[in-house]
Amino acid sequence: MTTRIDIRFAELAKQGRSAFVTFLMAGDPDPATSLEIIKALPKSGADVIEIGMPFTDPMADGPSIQAAGLRALKAGMTLKKTLELVRGFRKDDNATPIVLMGYYNPIYIYGVDKFLVDAKSAGVDGLIIVDLPPEEDDELCLPAMKAGLNFIRLATPTTDDKRLPAVLANTSGFVYYVSITGITGAAAADSSAVSEAVARIKRHTKLPVCVGFGIRTPETARAIASHANGAVVGTALVDALKNSLDADGRATAKTVNAVAELTASLAQGVKGAQQAAE
Amino acid sequence: MNIAKPNSYRSGPDERGHFGIFGGRFVAETLMPLILDLEKAYTAAKADPAFQAEMNGYLKNYVGRPSPLYFAERLTEHLGGAKIYLKREELNHTGSHKVNNVLGQIMLARRMGKKRIIAETGAGQHGVATATLCARFGLECVVYMGAVDVERQQPNVIRMEMLGAKVVPVQSGTRTLKDAMNEALRDWVTNVHNTFYCIGTVAGPHPYPTLVRDFQSIIGNETKAQMQEVEGRLPDSLVACIGGGSNAMGLFHPFLDDPSVEIFGVEAAGHGLTQLHAASIAGGRPGVLHGNRTYLLMDADGQIQDAHSISAGLDYPGIGPEHSWLHEIGRVNYLSATDDEALAAFQLLSKLEGIIPALEPAHAIAKVMELAPKRAKDHLMVVNLSGRGDKDVPQVGDILRGKSK
Repeated sequence: MTTRIDIRFAELAKQGRSAFVTFLMAGDPDPATSLEIIKALPKSGADVIEIGMPFTDPMADGPSIQAAGLRALKAGMTLKKTLELVRGFRKDDNATPIVLMGYYNPIYIYGVDKFLVDAKSAGVDGLIIVDLPPEEDDELCLPAMKAGLNFIRLATPTTDDKRLPAVLANTSGFVYYVSITGITGAAAADSSAVSEAVARIKRHTKLPVCVGFGIRTPETARAIASHANGAVVGTALVDALKNSLDADGRATAKTVNAVAELTASLAQGVKGAQQAAE
Repeated sequence: MNIAKPNSYRSGPDERGHFGIFGGRFVAETLMPLILDLEKAYTAAKADPAFQAEMNGYLKNYVGRPSPLYFAERLTEHLGGAKIYLKREELNHTGSHKVNNVLGQIMLARRMGKKRIIAETGAGQHGVATATLCARFGLECVVYMGAVDVERQQPNVIRMEMLGAKVVPVQSGTRTLKDAMNEALRDWVTNVHNTFYCIGTVAGPHPYPTLVRDFQSIIGNETKAQMQEVEGRLPDSLVACIGGGSNAMGLFHPFLDDPSVEIFGVEAAGHGLTQLHAASIAGGRPGVLHGNRTYLLMDADGQIQDAHSISAGLDYPGIGPEHSWLHEIGRVNYLSATDDEALAAFQLLSKLEGIIPALEPAHAIAKVMELAPKRAKDHLMVVNLSGRGDKDVPQVGDILRGKSK
């Protein structure tokens, strides 16, 4: 089955450039503004959109994304509303891939089968679930693949050559390489180490490899994108959003533009990169 | 419950860390290789007689084991029913049962060549035990503790610092034990190369629930032998408090296949089960958090809810996965005690036996006050007195003088 993710990466490969992947939290700072922001991303240069599913206990996230999740929850965000957000986005855009990223519990409580049906029909293309390693593939990965959704796995610096085949076995869409051992928003990765790691993963798979964690500036985005099929930026965008809010954490007239402008400048960085050697 | 009874209640978990549907390994990929290493190291250590011999030496001469099984004569007379024995885990070095598990994990960390130890703590008992053994073995120690708990358990914070540990107050989320665990996991993901995460309870990803249980089972094994010696038979019932459930699992596990032994776990009912509480089994349902599937307090969207208990050590919205399984299968009976009931028990035991219990086991004593009078005088009831109350003296003193609630 071909998803929007597969199509998008095939197009980018033809154009000889890497993908710019954005991450923002669903419902941050409120559901309506969040939809406006996400709608603005493709025209600002986002090739793939990751949307965070808010969770009270995001164990792999740093302070910025933790706070974004809490803002969204405070604004009444739920998993159901996250799917509505995707549905809203799909009214105007049927090409940009949407990947939901988060933790397993809200999906488990929603009901795995029902979630997969609803996510597919809302226009979701892939899932990244931080706390579902290959050892727990029966839970969601295998049912998601059956439902026609990509299950995108995280590979990390601790995933050695012995373990990589297990991590890649049921991965589809792309591989998300977490460039550092650490949480989101931590220090930037060294681009030569990333280059080696991406090459190592590519020896095991034909899937595109995107790199995330620690990318904040157009320069780093360019450096990383020149070694990989895509660069993911999350915390920097979430911070730009947060800095545009008023003292009570509510959206202002500047909020959508603040995210769109940073997206555009990061996208320029990525587009300036030479596509990684295949 | 329509679940077939197993041949043994003691054979779990399966090779993937499952107790029925509970348990598992729900962790980030960064941690997965380390968790597999830990499992291997633990399997090798268990099979190594030198590991056990070294542990036994420290348990005897450093921890002060075996802990006594004490007949609480005046409490028994006062309640007028079952004959009540206290398993005196509060007499261990560091003042609680936590040291049993920490010793085992620190010895594993040394075998694995890890020089930096992190831990989460609620009441501070696990933090103190970890800081103590890190001092003893010359290891770096960082303890994550919710900012709310840092306030209400000051004596333990000071102790940890005196022992050379760094105590990090956690300001995220509800600023209690669950957030301390999140922060410890974030540290672990960041420093995975040199760091051993010493988990304090029978929760977290496999193999933690199993190895913590195994290290704590010395409580039940000793109890069995001691009761045989004084009464010539098995006890009739066991009672222990439950936050994550390590002291309870340690007492219960060796008795699970003795069908004559009634087993009671006591969760913290806080202000009452219809209000803020920390009773995951009474008020929660199965979900996935902190590496395992287990009973959790959460809302309809799967968001984790705030727990509340007067006792920082029980103030956690989950419970160890093996307890969830023992509940579903009906082997252990899970009850709950409120803040007020625990406070009353705290005072009763202090005045009748000259033993000031920690607020955590005061919850177990509170249920003993209900259960014991309904039992015959030859009924042998064992309560795990899992910790001493020194750390709670300032907090309880303030409450009793009406200064805070």
